[in-house]
Amino acid sequence: MTTTEVTKTQLNAHLPQVHEPRNAGVPLDLDWALGTQANTSAIERRCATLPARRSVKKDHQAAWLLKAITMIDLTTLAGDDTSGRVKRLCAKAANPVRRDILDALGMDRITTGAVCVYHDMVETAVEALDGTGIPVAAVSTGFPAGLSPFHLRVREIEESVKAGAREIDIVISRRHVLTGNWQALYDEICAFRAACGEAHIKAILATGELGSLRNVARASYVCMMAGADFIKTSTGKESVNATLPVSLTMIRTIRDFHARTGFRVGYKPAGGISKAKASLVYLSLIKEELGDHWLQPHMFRFGASSLLGDIERQLEHHVTGRYSAAHRHAIG
Amino acid sequence: MTVKDIFETMDYGTAPESAAEALRWLVDNGDRFGHFIDGKMTDPAATFDSKNPATGEVLAQVSQATQSDVDMAVAAARKAQGKWTKIGGKARAKYLYALARLVQKHARLLSVLETLDNGKPIREARDVDIPLVARHFYYHAGMAQLMDEELPNREALGVCGQIIPWNFPLLMLAWKIAPAIAMGNTVVLKPAEYTPLTALLFAQICNEAGLPKGVVNIVTGDGTVGEMIVTHDRIDKIAFTGSTGVGRRIRETTAGSGKALTLELGGKSPYVVFEDADMDSAVEGLVDAIFFNQGQVCCAGSRLLVQESIAEDFHARLIARMAKLRIGDPLDKSIDVGAIVDPVQLARITALVAQGGHEGTVHQPVPAPNGCFYPPTLITGMHSSAQLMQEEIFGPVLVSTTFRTQAEAVQIANNTRFGLAASVWTENINLALDIAPKLTAGVVWVNGANMLDAAAGFGGVRESGFGREGGWEGLQAYTKPVGKSVAVKPAKTYGKPEDIDVEGLDRTAKMYIGGKQARPDSGYSKAVYSPKGKLLGHAAIGSRKDIRNAVEAARGATAWSNATAHLRAQILYYIGENLSARADEFAARIQALTGTTASKAQTEVSEAIDTLFTFAAWCDKLDGAAKPVPMRGVALAMNEAVGVIGAFCDDRPLGGLVDLIAPAIAMGNRVVAVASDAYPLAATDFYQVLDTSDLPAGVVNILTGSHEDLAKTLAGHLDIDAVWSFSSADISKTIEHESAGNLKRTWVNNGQTRSYAARDWLAQSVEVKTIWVPYGE
Repeated sequence: MTTTEVTKTQLNAHLPQVHEPRNAGVPLDLDWALGTQANTSAIERRCATLPARRSVKKDHQAAWLLKAITMIDLTTLAGDDTSGRVKRLCAKAANPVRRDILDALGMDRITTGAVCVYHDMVETAVEALDGTGIPVAAVSTGFPAGLSPFHLRVREIEESVKAGAREIDIVISRRHVLTGNWQALYDEICAFRAACGEAHIKAILATGELGSLRNVARASYVCMMAGADFIKTSTGKESVNATLPVSLTMIRTIRDFHARTGFRVGYKPAGGISKAKASLVYLSLIKEELGDHWLQPHMFRFGASSLLGDIERQLEHHVTGRYSAAHRHAIG
Repeated sequence: MTVKDIFETMDYGTAPESAAEALRWLVDNGDRFGHFIDGKMTDPAATFDSKNPATGEVLAQVSQATQSDVDMAVAAARKAQGKWTKIGGKARAKYLYALARLVQKHARLLSVLETLDNGKPIREARDVDIPLVARHFYYHAGMAQLMDEELPNREALGVCGQIIPWNFPLLMLAWKIAPAIAMGNTVVLKPAEYTPLTALLFAQICNEAGLPKGVVNIVTGDGTVGEMIVTHDRIDKIAFTGSTGVGRRIRETTAGSGKALTLELGGKSPYVVFEDADMDSAVEGLVDAIFFNQGQVCCAGSRLLVQESIAEDFHARLIARMAKLRIGDPLDKSIDVGAIVDPVQLARITALVAQGGHEGTVHQPVPAPNGCFYPPTLITGMHSSAQLMQEEIFGPVLVSTTFRTQAEAVQIANNTRFGLAASVWTENINLALDIAPKLTAGVVWVNGANMLDAAAGFGGVRESGFGREGGWEGLQAYTKPVGKSVAVKPAKTYGKPEDIDVEGLDRTAKMYIGGKQARPDSGYSKAVYSPKGKLLGHAAIGSRKDIRNAVEAARGATAWSNATAHLRAQILYYIGENLSARADEFAARIQALTGTTASKAQTEVSEAIDTLFTFAAWCDKLDGAAKPVPMRGVALAMNEAVGVIGAFCDDRPLGGLVDLIAPAIAMGNRVVAVASDAYPLAATDFYQVLDTSDLPAGVVNILTGSHEDLAKTLAGHLDIDAVWSFSSADISKTIEHESAGNLKRTWVNNGQTRSYAARDWLAQSVEVKTIWVPYGE
């Protein structure tokens, strides 16, 4: 029902750069969204047994970790970000793994999925990434709380898009979820989506603040109905960020949304994923519940800052048989 | 494949667990095993192959036990038992603790060996079987520790013969051995012919734990060895887990032997999904329910019942999920479905699906590899009448039907000869907790499947067997009440005198069925005379049809089982009160019937009143329990009525009846009681007391007649859930034998008489149902 085609605008041809028909959204259907159920205990059980059900070893592990790198939104969202800091991060995004390690693995150059920064750093990042094909994602709409005036939040998106951001990570108004004001949430995302124009919109649910998995599922549906290209767990600033149960809940809504509308929505867990092993579990969760189609950068991203370092060490271990050290890999 | 290729395909690859250590262990043992008797391995004799079902390779040669091997094992167990009991629970606890620790220390070896021998995925052996084995020994180390203080009125049974299946070889060993030896029994255990290897490794672990010789004995071999154990006259108790067919034969074989018996048999457990369930989680639950261990699980959720409104969607999701199952090399850590235990079983599953699959639509979204594998299978569109909806397949085959309402769900779920487990999926706690007690099963999982723990009782009703394993209730299977019994003396009956002394107006004692006085179907009565030759009246001679009618009446009186405990208590008190009002009349009747002294007759009446008051008191005090299982949730142990109990009274004219109806009806059972054959008239007087006490019709039915004549019909009746006998007639063997028809519970006196504590009566009057309720929002 959907077709994929190679886009010409993307430069790094080694990645399967495919264009997904964007989620056009559907009218708000509250019977659907509110009819959803999420049994916490059962979801937790599935998540608890999954790591032991799927073991990825040796060359497969190396390949999966390389794939994980291509799906990282390499992120810096700190008050003390400077252009120097952001340029260094961009350089790392373009060369995330030491060349000798890639050579040993027989791999061509890879890059991270995107670089994710605050609005003020967008221009710097776009410039620094020029020619790499790596998109810049901007967190937006009064990130992380999303409580600035609505018109300013919309405006912020427009500014970031103008500055060259190809992806906009917006935060939803959690209060709309907590008060059950689903129409308001839907309208908000529709407005944000419109402001994004061609840029892709990633809706951050801040799942750690939504109170229950059921609410996570409901909010996921409403955001997808409003046309979100991605749904994303967290800002990284909540006390609880991405977890497997939250991820399972969200990707099951993505699967259902695809089954009912034909639109494939992407998924981005963010915050708290810092170990290579954890990234493998996430990938197997996606593979099991959504399928291989989602194991591509345009359908799945990790929002992470320290994950890459751990993956690099694991890859060096795979190549040399010796446990690695952080200082042997370039910082980002 | 290069890293670059895999980077594109994102395949899993293989993640094999090494078999090297386990194979080395086999080699170190010469690849040949004898039996573990009296703390030593015997020399291997006539052997058979133990094979790896995934590859067909022979793993080792295992000995087929002979009668003399079994005799030696029983003798060793018998010799060890006295001392093992005498050292006390606290001393035994230390050995059980050591066993638990050693199982953990050898966890990987045990897991790999189990997977090699059985074909189950290494993930399951490693993450489910072996941890539960260790847990079981830990838990029962605690039970041994507490026995002397907490169970002062119970003692070991003696030597236990234990026969276990091949689906969870070491786990079933643990379920059998741990509680048995904790309580001071010694055991002779036979692992299944297909899967003896972990039991033999466990034998070595027993030695490493310093377990006194003879406490655990393990003999290997096929069903003939099982039969030697079952028929052995120096064994006190048989515990069997396996098929209903074999269980039934064991019930028949052990009938009248005086052996205690617990059976954990087959199932066709319903998996009920309501429209408000979390469908994706319910689909995932089925992976645990029916594809776990290749569906070779007695409590597998093998009958899917989906509400019609969501059935199409649910089946589509399920088929999509099944397509993701990975089936193949059990030693691969990323395998969901391993090998079927043996080609014989594979052929059986294949034949059953070939025979019955056409009654629905067969879905097999993933193919099975060549060899001893069967693909995960869903058969939709089945009806209750389909063969595969009724018969246990014991493979990864799920049959599915739909229902419209909660009531229909219960009706379909209970439309089975089995009653082991059930799953209920709904987000509505009202619905979940309403339906759980209505499902005929020993275990109910709310929003889950196949949850097991040592603290929670496990076991079935109907043809899924009787007895519980795990928890305090599980200890009943390995202990008996302390106390001595004496041989029952047949009651004296008094024949027709030369001159019949007829007193007053004729009073016709009828039987009491469905709240009405009923003439016997036979049309025959027998005269009852006092010792002095006075014609006291006539008692009906009950027969088959009267039993049929009485059981129908009892079956229909379901409201009693659902009545509140408080209501039942009030009625029991009221019966006591009304009996008290007629105490003199009953005392006189007892005296007239038996010729006993007035004071003894009065004592019998006052004891009967006391019994009624005692069990009136118990109605609302036999608490269930919330088991501390290792999860966020509760496992509720609920005491439920057994159902319809048939019972033969002893020859105390009134006490014999009241003793058994009081506890039975207190716990919500309905009773078909057969009065003392010698002295039936007090029991028939008693129905007038019942009539005046607001007891609903059908709750107590009283028959009269020859116990010998009625035993076979009552015990064989397929709609009775338990039969008790305190009769002076020699009917224990008949009852146990006939009970095999529907594998009802039995409690017979074997010609002995003794007194029981109220707790013992209550334990016989309830089934413990374990309801698992995981929670969390």
